[in-house]
Amino acid sequence: MATVKLENVTKSFGELQIIKGVDLEINDNEFVVFVGPSGCGKSTLLRLIAGLEDITSGDLSIDGSVVNDLPPSERGIAMVFQSYALYPHMTVYENMAFGLKLAKESRESIEGKVREAARILQLEHLLDRKPKEMSGGQRQRVAIGRAIVRNPKVFLFDEPLSNLDAALRVQMRIEIAKLHHDLDATMVYVTHDQVEAMTLADKIVVLHGGIVEQVGSPLELYHHPRNLFVAGFIGSPKMNFIATKVTAVDDAGVSVTLPGGETIKVPVNGENVQPGDKVTYGVRPEHMIETGDADAHIDGEVFVVERLGGDTYAYVRAEGTEMITVQTSGDSHVGVGDKLHIGVSAATSHLFVADGDALPLLARNPMADARKGGMLSDAPGPKAEPH
Amino acid sequence: MSRNARRLLLRIAFYVLVIFIVIYTVFPFYWAINSSLKAGTDLFSAAFLPPSPAWTNYVSVFEDQPFALNILNSVYVSGVTVIISLFLAVTAAYALGRIKFSGRGVLLLVVLSVSMFPQIAVLSGLYEVMRWLGLIQRLESLIISYVIFTLPFTVWILTTFMRELPKELEEAAIVDGASPWQTISRVFLPLLGPALATTGLLAFIAAWNEFLFALTFVGNNNETQTIPVAIANFSGASEFELPWGGIMAASVIVTVPLIVLVLIFQRMIVSGLTAGAVKG
Repeated sequence: MATVKLENVTKSFGELQIIKGVDLEINDNEFVVFVGPSGCGKSTLLRLIAGLEDITSGDLSIDGSVVNDLPPSERGIAMVFQSYALYPHMTVYENMAFGLKLAKESRESIEGKVREAARILQLEHLLDRKPKEMSGGQRQRVAIGRAIVRNPKVFLFDEPLSNLDAALRVQMRIEIAKLHHDLDATMVYVTHDQVEAMTLADKIVVLHGGIVEQVGSPLELYHHPRNLFVAGFIGSPKMNFIATKVTAVDDAGVSVTLPGGETIKVPVNGENVQPGDKVTYGVRPEHMIETGDADAHIDGEVFVVERLGGDTYAYVRAEGTEMITVQTSGDSHVGVGDKLHIGVSAATSHLFVADGDALPLLARNPMADARKGGMLSDAPGPKAEPH
Repeated sequence: MSRNARRLLLRIAFYVLVIFIVIYTVFPFYWAINSSLKAGTDLFSAAFLPPSPAWTNYVSVFEDQPFALNILNSVYVSGVTVIISLFLAVTAAYALGRIKFSGRGVLLLVVLSVSMFPQIAVLSGLYEVMRWLGLIQRLESLIISYVIFTLPFTVWILTTFMRELPKELEEAAIVDGASPWQTISRVFLPLLGPALATTGLLAFIAAWNEFLFALTFVGNNNETQTIPVAIANFSGASEFELPWGGIMAASVIVTVPLIVLVLIFQRMIVSGLTAGAVKG
């Protein structure tokens, strides 16, 4: 298993620069997830690591040696594609054995590796099937099996669950987490689904427009977003942003006015702002309190209510804002047209200056350094999918 | 007129048209079979069924002419043409369909425009080339020239199919460590089966039926003639007699293999042609 290091890596297609200088270190056995909106370069970055695209400038090292000019098969990587990319005319066994056959391994060695991968992925009874005779989840497992038999230093996943339906996606997510645990492998995973990112990652890399916006543990990004983009991208529903002005700055924080006139003092480092500066106030829907018992309040009128059963989302129009999302409990009786006196608390508030950077919170959230949600080593694997 | 009557009339008109088209296309072949089974003076009767069916024409084709040899010549020429043409076309299509390089579109257009030259325009030049190569009266001259004129469409059709194969499949093969040739031979070729059947068959038919080059390059010798030239050169008992019966019998004999081939590959061809057309 191995480390991956990117040093000032760029990629241009003709005049168009897609990756604009990325520095990144991926540690041994780490599960790193690239997230970002479409076109942010996350898949391109993965393909650069895989060797399917040439690096325009910069260095890429795997396991300590620069691999810029090595073909994919010599980099010690294996890749799982979004569309599975199974060879349609080969059986499951042949699909998994193909790479080993090309590497001229002995028949016994191939047989052993394929059987072992099939056992791990519970594919043993499907080895003679063709891809077209299998369900999406089974195909995805074969694609993963094809990666496992290569015994790579680094596993690369390119949106592997996007083609699956919602229920299967959750199941495969758990399987991938378990696989990472069992194989102790370095894995790089690309997704646009932030739930996959939050649940699977040791480290999330948020990409936007070809540059890295922030790198950190899932909860670090959630509690300490470095800028407006990360704050808006991580978390669902999206963080509420309210344009406002600084009224006062002192050692304990920065005070801003809220719609409706109340003032809240957010505990952030205000060294670089003065009263009168334009800033953006941010607070997550799940941190807004419908009942209003809090540090400060925003008044508004509900214009849409979405009831999800466990949670209720109320969309509120307040003076000087476009829309504020309030997440409240499923038992809430909030209705369209209601006037709400929404509470916000200083500890869960964020401030962003005009260029989008966040003012650093004075206190670090204890959860930001929490251990990743893991699993017991003898945890039962997810049941094989019925077919 | 009531709606029902009108509908009935339209139906009748439709089937009349269908019957007309079927007769128009099938009648020549039917007449060839019919004539081929008539012996002697029966040939001059316009009977729709041979009055006394006889195989004499079929027997005479093989006894009076080296027709078996002509068939072998044609099989050899067409078969080798198809093999060479498909091999070159698959490799060219891989480059044209899967690899990005500047001038790709221009190259494809050049390939297409080459196929637009009438055969007669290149005939004399090609004859000089063949003479220089010492291939006149040899079947290899036909193989070379048939490859030239089948390549444009085999390349075009296969390029279309090659483009449709998912890019990820190729990338998966690259990650698995396959060389370009291994990717072509072990991943793409099996998937291109229908396309290969279609283009191979079209190339085979083109080579099988070709007349002008065959007449020019190998037409002087009964032993090296291919089927179309051989049939055209059939001679009767005297110079005043055209051996219609023999010509018809020979035509039937050489058409049957094509029909059998088409029937065998029919399903592949249809799926292949539409796959190429819709998604191209």
